[in-house]
Formats: sequence, structure tokens, C-alpha cells
Amino acid sequence: MSDADLIDETGEEIATGTLPLDAWHRARGARMVEFAGYHMPIQYEGIMAEHLWTRQSAGLFDVSHMGQLLFRTDDGGDLNGALEALLPGDIAGLGANRQRYSLLLTENGGILDDLMVTRLPAENPFDTDGLYMVVNGATKIDDISYFLEHLADHVMINHLEEQALLALQGPKAVDALARLVPGVTGLVFMTCGGFEWDGKPLWISRSGYTGEDGFEISVGAEHVEALAEALCAQAEVKPIGLGARDSLRLEAGLPLYGHDLDEETTPVMADLGFALSKRRREEANFMGAARILLEREQGPAVKRVGLLVEGKQPVREGAAVLDSDGSEVGKVTSGGFAPTVGAPIAMAYVPAALAAPGTTIQLSQRGKVHQATVTAMPFVPHRYVRAGAK
Amino acid sequence: MSRYFTEDHEWVDVDGDIGTVGISEYAQSQLGDIVFVEVPDEGKDVTKGDEAAVVESVKAASDVYSPVSGTVIEGNSDLADNPALVNEDPEGDGWFFKLTLSDASELEGLMDETAYAAFVAKL
Repeated sequence: MSDADLIDETGEEIATGTLPLDAWHRARGARMVEFAGYHMPIQYEGIMAEHLWTRQSAGLFDVSHMGQLLFRTDDGGDLNGALEALLPGDIAGLGANRQRYSLLLTENGGILDDLMVTRLPAENPFDTDGLYMVVNGATKIDDISYFLEHLADHVMINHLEEQALLALQGPKAVDALARLVPGVTGLVFMTCGGFEWDGKPLWISRSGYTGEDGFEISVGAEHVEALAEALCAQAEVKPIGLGARDSLRLEAGLPLYGHDLDEETTPVMADLGFALSKRRREEANFMGAARILLEREQGPAVKRVGLLVEGKQPVREGAAVLDSDGSEVGKVTSGGFAPTVGAPIAMAYVPAALAAPGTTIQLSQRGKVHQATVTAMPFVPHRYVRAGAK
Repeated sequence: MSRYFTEDHEWVDVDGDIGTVGISEYAQSQLGDIVFVEVPDEGKDVTKGDEAAVVESVKAASDVYSPVSGTVIEGNSDLADNPALVNEDPEGDGWFFKLTLSDASELEGLMDETAYAAFVAKL
């Protein structure tokens, strides 16, 4: 592989793409929608039931639309430094089999994407050393272009277009997956490793996007249907669509790129300060560092917060946040009915003066005013299995 | 009593000059889990084709249009506490509102059950 075969520019908008599990979803009765340029399942039996099933048992999500990337150097060149020039995280300090949340930033500190980056161990299914990264599906082509433009020339990028990605999430995910791949019980939150199932290589991390314990499994596209079938044959597991994925991540307080994060928001505004590693803040040499560090010092003008909405009517993306005079001072960026909370919840950007938990604010949607209270996130406690807590 | 349907998937049962309005089985199946319903207040005048109620699923908010013009005499108060009634029994207990019809001739432009079934079959 080489830089050149990464991206032919064919990704630039053609017909809606088909993912490896397309026929499998349809055969299972999924309602398909267009998302991130692909046909994807929005729901099977219903969003509410799928959401609650994931919280109590285990749900299988097809997230093969996401971009899986490998970064390496051939000549012993500095891979960590090259990535650190762009990302605000401590890449050099990332040990083998460790995963970290990070951000792709503009020079002005805006967020181009959020991502997971992993240090590959010597033995792994990709037969390379270096870093493995998962980026958002809707942004992957732009991300690759950005890396090609800004990353030092000695770094090679490989877009793993032949890899599918599954997420198995929920308190019983470990029971179901361990029956197929016993070794996964050795993983804890944000660690990963190479495994085998039925002779096929898998790359598995203990992580996800629901707030529950669970795993993300990278598998060759030619094997993904057999694996999905084997997982759904476990009594704990049902396939879950994008609809419940969205309501689960909202309850978990996890932002969605393109909605709660974009080029106009910085990590400080988005309350993602944990992604700015201490050493990197001190070195102040990542993309957008000048603005981000100043904002961190002085406090952001607006901040992403969680909202509990009074009543039963959902307040959704696009609704206005009003100050006490009725002037618009912010926006709801995600919102909906939260099945586990049993009430409508939302994420919004509000002025710093209104960002403290307990603050009551007003939201305006389609001519109607709703009361809401700023609340700490997550809305539903995370249940990650962390090191030392096993 | 006769039942009429609109192309927007509302139904109206007509008994004398009183109409009962709801959304069809097909509509609820498309909407998915319904989490909120807003019905019009008693005394509100509604016009055929105008927004008269709101129904929200986990996914999205949708307007419900009145199939006929008239004056609302009752909203279904059960839906405030139990919006899922629309999923369970959309063409029965999950009705939205009752109204007195101001122009019974408006019914002529609506579909009967057979015509509506054929309409849905083509969607």
C-alpha cells in the first residue's frame, strides 16, 4: 500500500453506497435509510425496544460506514510527532493495545472530526506496526484529504476499505462475545487486541458509543456476515439500528459530529477538555493550540451542556435557547425522547453564565416555549468496565 | 357510520355531523414509537388540510392535518399520559379529536377504506 492508492477521488459523491451487511439487514426486517452516504438500518423492531434491549442485554450495531485508517512509517521515522502536530492528545504516551479519544482540529481550534486512535501491538491482524484510527463515516473522505495535506510526508496512510466494523454493546455483551472469542474478557475499557474467531482475524476494542460496557470489532468484509449471524445467534444479542444508537449516545452524553461538534466549536466549548493531554497543553504545539489554550484559561463564551426538558414533548436539534428577555442566545444541537430516562433530554450550547447545572432556561421550538434545566451529563450513568474494577 | 381517509394518512369517522379524527395504522407503523401527542382544545376552529394536532415519535415530529373543517368538541385526553395508545390502537382508542363538521361536502374528496388500502399498497 502507498499514499497514492488511498484515495482515488471517487469518494466525492456518487450513488449511495452499500455496506457488506446490507442484505443481512434487509433480511432481518430493517428499515433502511441513507446515512453518511450509505444505505443503513435505522431500526428493526422499533427504536424504543432496541434502546431498552441494549441497556439491559446486548445490541449489535453495524458501523461499517466509519473510516478505519492505519498510520505507519517505514524508515523508523517519527510517527508520534507527526500525529501530535495535528491531534491534541498524548500519542507518544499511548501504549500498545491502548485506545484514546482525540480530535482533528483546524488551525483556529475548530473541530473537524472526533476519533479513536490506537497503538497496534507487534502482533495484529493488519500485519503492520503503527496506529489504527476510527473516524466518522460522514467525514472520513475529508479527514483523509486533511491528513494527506497536513501530515508529514514520511507517514503512510492506509484506508481499510475492506474492513467492516461491528459494535456489540450492553451489559451482556461480554457474555455473548466471550462465547465466541474467550479472550475478550481480558480487555478493559479503552484497551484492545488481536483475536481470532473461526480462523478469522479480529481486532477488538472494549469501547463504544452507548455508555454501556461493550466492544467494537473490526473484521474483514468477507467474514462480517458470518460473525454477525453468530453473534445474533446468542440469546443476549439482537441487531440494533441507527435510531437507538442515537438515543443511546445522547443519554450517555456523548456528542455526535456534525450536530454537537463542528468547525465552529472548539474542544473547550464542547466540554471535551479531557482530550487535551497535559503534556500537549504545556507544549502548546498542536493544531489550534493558541486559541484553545487561551479559551481554556479564560473560559469559553458558550459551552455544551445537557438539558432535562420539562413535560413530555421532545425538543430537538435546531430549537433556540432563550435568555430571560426572550432573545436567542444558543441552540439545541441534539434532542429527543430518552427511553431510559423516560423524558425528553437535549444537548445545547448556552452562554457560560447559563451553563451551571441547576440553571433553568427556556427553549423555543415551532413557536412554543419549553422550560429546561441544565444538568450534568451523562443522563444515564456509564457502565464501562475499567482496569482494577473487574 | 362511515370512515374516510386522506392521502396524509388521517382518518375521520362520521356520525351525523360529528367527526372523530385519528391517524391510520399505516401512519403509526411508519412513525414508530410515539412519545408525545398534542391535540387541539375544545372550541378551536379547524380548516380542512390545516395542522390540527402534533404527533412526535422517537425519531421526529409530524403535523396531523384535519381531514375536514369544523369546530373541535373534544381532544382525546388519554393521549397526554399514554401517547403509545396511538401505536397500539390508532384507528380506535388512539383517536385524536372530535369535531362538528361545518361542510359535509368536504367528505366527497376523501377515500373510503377500500380506496385507502389500495393507495397504501402502492406506497
